[in-house]
Amino acid sequence: MRHIISVLIENESGALARVAGLFAARGYNIESLTVAPTEDPTLSRMTLVTHGDERVLEQIVKQLNKLIDVVKLLDLSEGPHIERELMMVKVKAEKGLREELKRLADIFRANIIDVTATSYTVELTGHGHKLDGFLEALPDDSLIEVVRSGPLGISRGAKGLGTI
Amino acid sequence: MELSGAEIVVQALIDEGVEYIWGYPGGAVLHIYDALFQQKKIRHILVRHEQAATHAADGYARATGKPGVALVTSGPGATNAVTGIATAYMDSIPMVVLTGQVPTPFIGSDAFQEVDITGITRPCVKHNFLIKRVEDIAETIAKAFYIATTGRPGPVLIDIPKDVTDPNVRIPYEYPRKISMRSYKPVEKGHPRQIRKAVDLMVKARRPVIYTGGGVVLGDGSDELRKLVEVTGFPVTHTLMGLGAVPSTDKRFLGMLGMHGTYEANMAMHESDLVIAIGARFDDRVTGKLASFCPDAKIIHVDVDPASISKNVKVDVPIVGQVKPVLRDMVKLLKERKTKPDAKALAEWWKRIEGWRAVECLKYPKSDKVIKPQYAMELLAKVTRRRDLYLTSDVGQHQMFAAQFFPFDKPRRWINSGGLGTMGFGLPAAMGVQQAFPKATVACVTGEASIQMCIQELATCAQYKLPLKIILLNNGYMGMVRQWQELFYEGRYSHSYVDALPDFAALAETYGHVGMTIEDPAELEAAYKEAFGMKNRLVFMNVLVDPEENVYPMIEAGKGHHEMHMSPYLTAERELA
Repeated sequence: MRHIISVLIENESGALARVAGLFAARGYNIESLTVAPTEDPTLSRMTLVTHGDERVLEQIVKQLNKLIDVVKLLDLSEGPHIERELMMVKVKAEKGLREELKRLADIFRANIIDVTATSYTVELTGHGHKLDGFLEALPDDSLIEVVRSGPLGISRGAKGLGTI
Repeated sequence: MELSGAEIVVQALIDEGVEYIWGYPGGAVLHIYDALFQQKKIRHILVRHEQAATHAADGYARATGKPGVALVTSGPGATNAVTGIATAYMDSIPMVVLTGQVPTPFIGSDAFQEVDITGITRPCVKHNFLIKRVEDIAETIAKAFYIATTGRPGPVLIDIPKDVTDPNVRIPYEYPRKISMRSYKPVEKGHPRQIRKAVDLMVKARRPVIYTGGGVVLGDGSDELRKLVEVTGFPVTHTLMGLGAVPSTDKRFLGMLGMHGTYEANMAMHESDLVIAIGARFDDRVTGKLASFCPDAKIIHVDVDPASISKNVKVDVPIVGQVKPVLRDMVKLLKERKTKPDAKALAEWWKRIEGWRAVECLKYPKSDKVIKPQYAMELLAKVTRRRDLYLTSDVGQHQMFAAQFFPFDKPRRWINSGGLGTMGFGLPAAMGVQQAFPKATVACVTGEASIQMCIQELATCAQYKLPLKIILLNNGYMGMVRQWQELFYEGRYSHSYVDALPDFAALAETYGHVGMTIEDPAELEAAYKEAFGMKNRLVFMNVLVDPEENVYPMIEAGKGHHEMHMSPYLTAERELA
């Protein structure tokens, strides 16, 4: 099963390596990992997506908690939560295709953030499924490159990870 | 008080109560060594190889319960220490290792003797630090000791670049008296509801077994465990790391369990309806095949590390907490209970266990022609009975023979590398023990392969006059490797014969010690007495033993507790009868 885990971790050199190393050393699957400092600059927040059965997930959560740098973590999949991912797509936008691409961007509520005579760069946020949908809807052979952030997650409701 | 970085390192260790450091100097730690030279409180023991520094600090920690400290230089000094760090990590031993590092401006430039030691050791330390400012030294050292000694203990490494210890940069020093970390809050007491649930199961059990590991020894829970055994009357078995928690003379002690455990311990586990696991981690050498592990049992698991619980075996009642307070609460609750464990069921259970015990699974053929390694261990026990012996070991057959045949009656007396299985551990670990307890009798049982992995430490023993007794069970082979090759590779002894052995007695003599070679079983007892009589000398006993003796009983890797191989001698004897 897919799980999305939020981790508050000390913003120190090596902290990211400890998490990545743990997953590699214990053979846990890691699909995506995003990390950035929080409103408190001494803390980073990590969102990671992983797959595993109940037993593996229990171990992943325990082993992450065991890392000295980890302050708090939450398996967001256990409760109502929101996921968003950012994607930037560079596509060929030659004459004749430019209107169709503009329409497609509107339908997906995407923004065109860079334009050249032959290309568009499109910015799009949403659940991973929506991003996949946009890529599928692109005209054949128009794709130049894709960059995706990996999902970010936050729980629904008034409480934050720091106050749970 | 204004101190330099190097002086802060040393003063912080003094303020932490450190008595000994095992180490080896080099470029990156010269400032620290200079500061060490100018003080009298900490004694530095100069080893001959950095691996030995970590093993000696480890042995000291296992025997005393206090954290061991090692100091090595950057690059090769640090990498040589890694085996000792991983050894301590696998057995949860509190240790602080200080490594020198190239000056901060050079980090990442492939400078002379530079290695990313925090990167290398990340998977085998409880935590590590790279100090970048002199202002951070005191607090980092305080944190390192706090982390190493609390919760599930383990080694912590501190990497210190040379410029951070610059003798010309002086800053005010104060050692933090209390450490509090928002990201690290080790648990102490177990949850009362979980303990109640455990006691509910215990009074209902008909075929219970208490299975304990190194956690009871490390957590100083031995007295409480003895009370639990007393109150319940349940049988108890120990892992390799747990030996000594309950005295070997206690009738309720079934011996060691697992791959080379006793028939009664393994059968009791297999047939039990309740396993009470305390400070043990369901290691593969203990459980055998997981699918056939304790098929009828509910499992209670007490451990300070939540990640140990339900890692290999799904547990019914998990209790996260230190063994000592948890056991105390358990005993208290059991005493208050009106319902007691079913005496009749327990008596029947004991009858079955006594039946298994009557098999005498450790019996071996006596010989007056060749020294049997089992006999060497039994005799060692007999000769040292009154001495409260500390026994360290290396890894292999001799380790198993010691575990099976030497009766341990107190915790912290049996010191060996269980998790990592590090050959070369025994001698330096014994140095650490002897240093901690100068008046105690400390022996190291070893093999001719293991001892050669750290034999250079005979020089350290000479320098510091450590009167160890080294008992080398010399069979000419890497015994355990040979045993597996005999049993599972049709006797193809691929590279397990250790040719070109030195004359160990003569070698010991050149280091200034006493060397002995013993071949005749009739002479062994007198030789032991003579060796242990030499109070101030290291005696190296080269005991030539039966070259092809095997360790039995044995559970093959991947088999269950009920699928033990018994000694062929025992099987033959029974067929004759």
